[in-house]
Amino acid sequence: MSQYETHEHDVLVIGAGGAGLRAAIEGSAAGVSVGIICKSLLGKAHTVMAEGGIAAAMANVDERDNWKVHFADTMRGGQYLNNWRMAELHAREAPQCVRELESWGALFDRTHDGRILQRNFGGHKYPRLAHVGDRTGLEMIRTLQDHGIHQGIDVHMECTVITLLKDGPRVSGALAYDRERGRFGVFKAKAVVLATGGVGRAYEITSNSWEYTGDGLAMAYEAGAELIDMEFLQFHPTGMVWPPSVRGILVTEGVRGEGGVLLNKDKRRFMFDDIPELYRNQTADNEEEGWRYTQGDKEARRPPELLTRDHVARCIVREIKEGRGTPHGGVFLDISWIRQRLPKASEHIKKKLPSMYHQFKQLADIDITEEPMEVGPTTHYMMGGIRVDADSQMSTVPGLFAAGECAAGLHGANRLGGNSLSDLLVFGKRAGEGAAQFSKDHGVASIDTGAVEAAIRQALLPFERKADAQAPEEGPYKVQEDLQKMMQRLVGIVRIEEEMQQSLEGIAQLWTRTRKVSVLGNREYNSGWHTALDLPSLLTVAEAITRSALERKESRGAHFREDYSAKDSTLGKLNLVVSKDGDGTMCIERRPVPEMPGELQKIIDEMK
Amino acid sequence: MANATFRIWRGTSTEGEFRNYTTEVSEGMVVLDAVHDIQAQQAGDLAVRWNCKAGKCGSCSAEINGKPKLMCMTRLNSIPLDQPVTLEPMQAFPLIKDLVTDVSWNFRVKKKIKKFKPRPPDAADGSWRMLQQDIDRVQEFRKCIECFLCQDVCHVLRNHHQHDAFIGPRFLVHVAALEMHPLDVESRTEELKEAHGVGYCNITKCCTKVCPESITITDNAIIPLKERVVDDFYDPLGKLLRRLRIL
Repeated sequence: MSQYETHEHDVLVIGAGGAGLRAAIEGSAAGVSVGIICKSLLGKAHTVMAEGGIAAAMANVDERDNWKVHFADTMRGGQYLNNWRMAELHAREAPQCVRELESWGALFDRTHDGRILQRNFGGHKYPRLAHVGDRTGLEMIRTLQDHGIHQGIDVHMECTVITLLKDGPRVSGALAYDRERGRFGVFKAKAVVLATGGVGRAYEITSNSWEYTGDGLAMAYEAGAELIDMEFLQFHPTGMVWPPSVRGILVTEGVRGEGGVLLNKDKRRFMFDDIPELYRNQTADNEEEGWRYTQGDKEARRPPELLTRDHVARCIVREIKEGRGTPHGGVFLDISWIRQRLPKASEHIKKKLPSMYHQFKQLADIDITEEPMEVGPTTHYMMGGIRVDADSQMSTVPGLFAAGECAAGLHGANRLGGNSLSDLLVFGKRAGEGAAQFSKDHGVASIDTGAVEAAIRQALLPFERKADAQAPEEGPYKVQEDLQKMMQRLVGIVRIEEEMQQSLEGIAQLWTRTRKVSVLGNREYNSGWHTALDLPSLLTVAEAITRSALERKESRGAHFREDYSAKDSTLGKLNLVVSKDGDGTMCIERRPVPEMPGELQKIIDEMK
Repeated sequence: MANATFRIWRGTSTEGEFRNYTTEVSEGMVVLDAVHDIQAQQAGDLAVRWNCKAGKCGSCSAEINGKPKLMCMTRLNSIPLDQPVTLEPMQAFPLIKDLVTDVSWNFRVKKKIKKFKPRPPDAADGSWRMLQQDIDRVQEFRKCIECFLCQDVCHVLRNHHQHDAFIGPRFLVHVAALEMHPLDVESRTEELKEAHGVGYCNITKCCTKVCPESITITDNAIIPLKERVVDDFYDPLGKLLRRLRIL
């Protein structure tokens, strides 16, 4: 018999970024006992890295804004593959969620009349992002954390979930290990909320930290839940490219929102060269108009740098591929040019973008108030994920909920900047509510001790393999690195059938190697062992991305196929659903996008 | 490419030693990159805490050649590489393993600080009006990334182990952010004076020097809090005026 501790909560939240914390707060406010598991320390989750702001149609800066415009912007950005109900709830409820954060102590930057200031961002028609300089995510996670710790939530820090546990069709808890000692723990719960974030670590160049290995997606898939939209992975157009050690670190879209421009090596503003039809009416056709927009001129249209991320990333790739990139293989992002337009531009930049100033100064010896940055696309955000009910956030497995990046539906084929932080708040709250209600309506589920024993034995295999002289030794870091390089090369921004078929073969080989991985040392804070345990999730997610991307034989949003570069109107009405079938193979199914009610369709038509 | 040697603490709270690891260095590398290379190539079970790798999460705090720093923001070209670079865990907290310490005390301390309590909303939609100039100083405190380097360097905690009597610079900054928040109506001076031990700080400003966010901890947070305590408890005129219910 393996040894493990048992914890019991009504609601177990897995993940302590914005969505997890918001869900835990809501669950606890509903009067049920809540436990929250964080893979790192509390307050260090990736939400802390979010820079630009929270999208919410509060109309503090431009009175023409309202939820309908936000809804239409979100659907247009997602190329109409979004779940309309989620987009509607999100646009309607985001302003209240922002005000709620303020009531918990968050201090957003202010307008002249003392209200919450809002800034411009890509794909948003009006200035809509509530922000704090360029450290909005820190403000948000700290506010939620500081509010949450007084709510009686049990926090389990530096704890990683290996598998979900089930009682018949229903979820009954999770098995986890703590990093410090490597002890196993069974977390028994009536309802479970997954808020595990993204999958960036499946790629070589990413803005994501070590944690984002797709655990929640893989666990849900293994437990029988459906995943959708897995082909839509966002490559943020502006990550750092130099020096090599900082490659992929995020450069906020806020730089462009404040007037930053993209230039190729010939100093040409290449974003004017290709403006998509869907956005032509909303986009400036000259530099002067674009500048006026960033300075709050309500008559001006937005500069092409503020087109959606999928498009901007592809334009950057085009410039680099066609030989017009910078010496280190990126393009220039220049905010220093605003000196020509603004007095005290240097102070202005430092005030509006303090952490960008700091980041470039310290890590790249670049003063962004004086010279341009070098940037290129970086793997940033998974639009796809666990398929959930829009109102309750419950997955197709009873009692299993999901919110934030690991859930899917709101963003469709491409997410607008700023919509992730509002997503966390709106749907974190709803998932917390949904899970609390489920726990009240259902009794205690039982734990399958056989499954627990089996999972523990499986998790300890990497230690035992070192004694096996027959098999060649395989280290976990090398397997992870090879996967990252392969996905970057074969299933990146520009995709093609043949390369993705190669990727599937590569994934199969990496599975074989993963089954041979061995680690040194003991169970105490052993990073090698932790990396080994993350590999199966990464491989499952990589396979789901590749298979979905193969199936979508068109180009739409963040998914671009060189061999099918146009949109396909049939596929434009379908979501791809990933699930595990009876014999354990991964299936992809086409399913019609839910039909929108007439009054919402009317909103979209009116704003075209 | 050049090589550099890192002298890294390996072990737990009960036993351990410094071990040397030599690794290749390239342009732009930070200390955390070198640690990752060592982990991937030579010491798979090396324990290190990190997340964002961009100075925003405050996870990778350690002591580099004896100085408390974030490993992700310390460029190798800023330290001499002709001799081994010493990497140690923070000294003010119990060691777990290698470069990782048990910082859970900090999370327990925060829970004891009275939470934010806003005045009633100013507007019908439940929102408030605040001017930017009134929140500037609190926004400085809210830049804190909770790396706990200020706690590590503070002699009250590091050398005198007064963890039960003093909350440390990080949480004085937290209290200052609450006390100076334009909406907050709670009073925390009683706790500051007693349980939080603000009097233990003797203004050596070491915390300010190590803060990676450049928060002016001592001057802007701690000294004003000390003044509030003095106003509330030690000002005879104030006491008299209060007694006369003039204030």
